[in-house]
Amino acid sequence: MSDSVRVLPAHPPVTDWVHDFDHTDPRWTEDPFAIWDELRKESPVVHTNRFQGCYLPITYEAVREIAHDTEHFSSRRVVVRDERPEVQRNAAPPITSDPPEHKPAKQLLLPPFTPDAMKKLEPRVRAICNELIDEFIADGKCDAASDYAKYIPVRAIAHMLGIPEQDGDLFIGWIHQILELGIKDESQLMQAVQEMSAYFAGHIETRKTQPTDDLISTLMKAKGRNGEPLEDSHVMGSLRLLLIAGIDTTWSAIGSALWHLARTPADRERLVREPQLMPLAVEELLRAYSPVTMAREVMKETTISGCPIKPGNMVLLSFPAANRDPAMFPDADKVVLDRKENRHAAFGLGIHRCVGSNMARMEMTVAIEEWLKRIPDFRLDPAGKVRWSEGTVRGPRQLPVLFPKAS
Amino acid sequence: MAGKLKIHVDQDKCQGHARCKSLAPELFELDEFGNAHEVGDGSVPPGLEDKAWLAQTNCPEIAIEVTEE
Repeated sequence: MSDSVRVLPAHPPVTDWVHDFDHTDPRWTEDPFAIWDELRKESPVVHTNRFQGCYLPITYEAVREIAHDTEHFSSRRVVVRDERPEVQRNAAPPITSDPPEHKPAKQLLLPPFTPDAMKKLEPRVRAICNELIDEFIADGKCDAASDYAKYIPVRAIAHMLGIPEQDGDLFIGWIHQILELGIKDESQLMQAVQEMSAYFAGHIETRKTQPTDDLISTLMKAKGRNGEPLEDSHVMGSLRLLLIAGIDTTWSAIGSALWHLARTPADRERLVREPQLMPLAVEELLRAYSPVTMAREVMKETTISGCPIKPGNMVLLSFPAANRDPAMFPDADKVVLDRKENRHAAFGLGIHRCVGSNMARMEMTVAIEEWLKRIPDFRLDPAGKVRWSEGTVRGPRQLPVLFPKAS
Repeated sequence: MAGKLKIHVDQDKCQGHARCKSLAPELFELDEFGNAHEVGDGSVPPGLEDKAWLAQTNCPEIAIEVTEE
């Protein structure tokens, strides 16, 4: 056994964003959009030696090409980290699946997440939003991220999975470890994964003798490609995915939307006056403040938008950068609430389109509607500070706001 | 005066974003997986032409074809 201390790679500040990038650098956390705008002038795809080698496509076209190319770009790794833990079988199907395993794994999860299925869940989500608002409406202030946005997706997905809504804080802790702390500290990642697995194993066990009609039971009853029941590791992987994918992401989208509305009275007032604009507004907010960046592993050499791409590298598949590409979206850096042409990629492109996109849209719409009904007038607290999440999913983690006290 | 419009969803390209159903609910149907197809033979009733173009423009997979007869 070696006596040497494991030294994790350092993260010195980026000085030359054209030949280097770091999505955990404080400058990126503060304002990634300005960085991408600079880089787009140089190349459609840039590269860093950090993270053991990683590309960053920053145009809509480059991102689209990569997302559609499952032959050269594998989903077996979907988070860019300092280290590359061994690839686990069934890590989180279908997000970590390539064809041909991908399609059957995804089809199992699609029916519970159709728009019609979401209509049934909607009343519960409206109730959750109002229960949360009840807690702070009399105070004249709150943290819109940690008192409101954070809890909505947690409780909604817990409801669908048939697990206790009050276990929400547990889930939030694991997600923080997996998606933020775990980028630089593998032990955090491992601990969270182990605890989450133990938690779900308990729920799977009780349903073996007492089946329910929730999403956990649905997965347990599902059949694989050859008609056989799913392997335990597959069920576990998909449950992990639903929990991780369903929380941080939507929380971020709701938070970003409220941040925008807090600092843009004209848009806030317009939405209150013209509630029928909400569907288009939600899409535009998703475009401008896309929460999710994915990743791929390069398996075979290729070129993307004329740039050579070499195997062994990761790709930081930035849907947010694609959505800010002025070549695709006129006034890309402005929120145009009633934008008519909005082919945005916030939920991805191609076969890995987000399974939960209808749920995310429903939650985001309801969260904003219920907030505006009860708190139409609100602003950023000048005495407070907005803090953004670091790494792969972007949203405000601290969002102090002020509003007139309810009389 | 524009001719009659007809829409068609390419099933190989559709990934179930459901933008079309949201923007033009009269013209599209979703299956049990949330994937879209045109209602009937895809003929666009008069008055719904704008919605047909809006749906086509907003499909992230460029899966909707709008043809004019």
